[in-house]
Amino acid sequence: MSDERLIVRARGLGRRFGDRPILSDVDLDLGTGGFLLVTGPNGSGKTTLMRLFAGLLAPTSGTLEIDADRGRIGFLGHEPLVYRELTPLENLDLYGRLYRVPERRERTGMLLERFGLWAARAEPVSSLSRGMLQRLALCRTLLHDPELLLLDEPFSALDSEGAELLDAELAGHGAKTVVVASHQPERLVGYASERLALA
Amino acid sequence: MSAYFADVAALARKDLLVELRTRDTVPAMLLFVVSALVVFHFALPEESSQLAASGMLWIALLFTALLALVRAFVGERDQSTLDGLILAPCDRSAIWLGKTLSVLAFLLFAEAVALPAFALFYESVTWELVAGLALANVGIATVGTLLGAMAAAARARELLLPLLFLPVAIPLIVGGVGATVADDPGRYLAFLGLYDLIFAILSWASFEYVVTE
Repeated sequence: MSDERLIVRARGLGRRFGDRPILSDVDLDLGTGGFLLVTGPNGSGKTTLMRLFAGLLAPTSGTLEIDADRGRIGFLGHEPLVYRELTPLENLDLYGRLYRVPERRERTGMLLERFGLWAARAEPVSSLSRGMLQRLALCRTLLHDPELLLLDEPFSALDSEGAELLDAELAGHGAKTVVVASHQPERLVGYASERLALA
Repeated sequence: MSAYFADVAALARKDLLVELRTRDTVPAMLLFVVSALVVFHFALPEESSQLAASGMLWIALLFTALLALVRAFVGERDQSTLDGLILAPCDRSAIWLGKTLSVLAFLLFAEAVALPAFALFYESVTWELVAGLALANVGIATVGTLLGAMAAAARARELLLPLLFLPVAIPLIVGGVGATVADDPGRYLAFLGLYDLIFAILSWASFEYVVTE
């Protein structure tokens, strides 16, 4: 690794739930602009690793250093993390306020348009399809222009148009550091600068 | 500091908006408190004293508050939206304060209905009762929201929250009933104020450890 700034540095990283080890002994360096593809079968610890990176879990062994402020991390998990009783616009407005997004309204509108949700902006989230919900979750993840992007199975539930929109986002990640966990990595191999296979 | 309070306002507004859309909590609180006062009215003998009526009101309000507290974090846990709030760069105590303010609003709404019903079935509402309720509401909302967040992570949350909350709420009942019926309400009101201060600081400082793994 050259002099580039390390965003993620893990040494002997592990996580147990009770007596059950879910993840063990992960060593990893990921620098600015890097793209890490995490693969592995169901139950191999991909989601746990992503939650560790996001700060939603603490490691039970080893060390993990994330050189990005909490407000510069974008996390897309299995749940969309949006309020089903609110509209897409209200959800993004709330997160925009909490993340102190400059020009919040313009950015919200731009993302909703880009991901094809503008027409549904005032509908309750509970009325959206699973695919639209995933698009909204992507809008929430990208809203604050994160420096470290953590995507756990991002293509799940997306139709071909939604997947193409995400492809375009990943292709133009530029200086963003990206970690994607997927058990279907074929689509992402072209972007990945590093790979981590969990057993 | 203004950013902190802007976060608190955004979070409290979100809770009020969610309640406005779902009507999950406040209608249940209103139905419960009015039903409880009606049942107590028929349960108490006619010659019952003001002391007994005041005690019944405080018990009814405490159990009504439990309805709001049990539901305070259920949606956040079930939809995992608490993760979204924890990931945000706002101070985590702002999540607690926002939720506390929304619980406080629900309590005030329930009491706006309960007090006229109390005046109808029992006796007039005194300023001591109103002052006691105002202070007790703060204590119920601050400590109850913290315990609600703890209980929401458990499977038996409907059982766990009363087990955690009711013992901690005993001083509020003592102070509230005392302020309502004693000759010297100032002493009890000061006690409630002190309780609010101590538990607000403890809850504010410890919330982060309750919601992070």
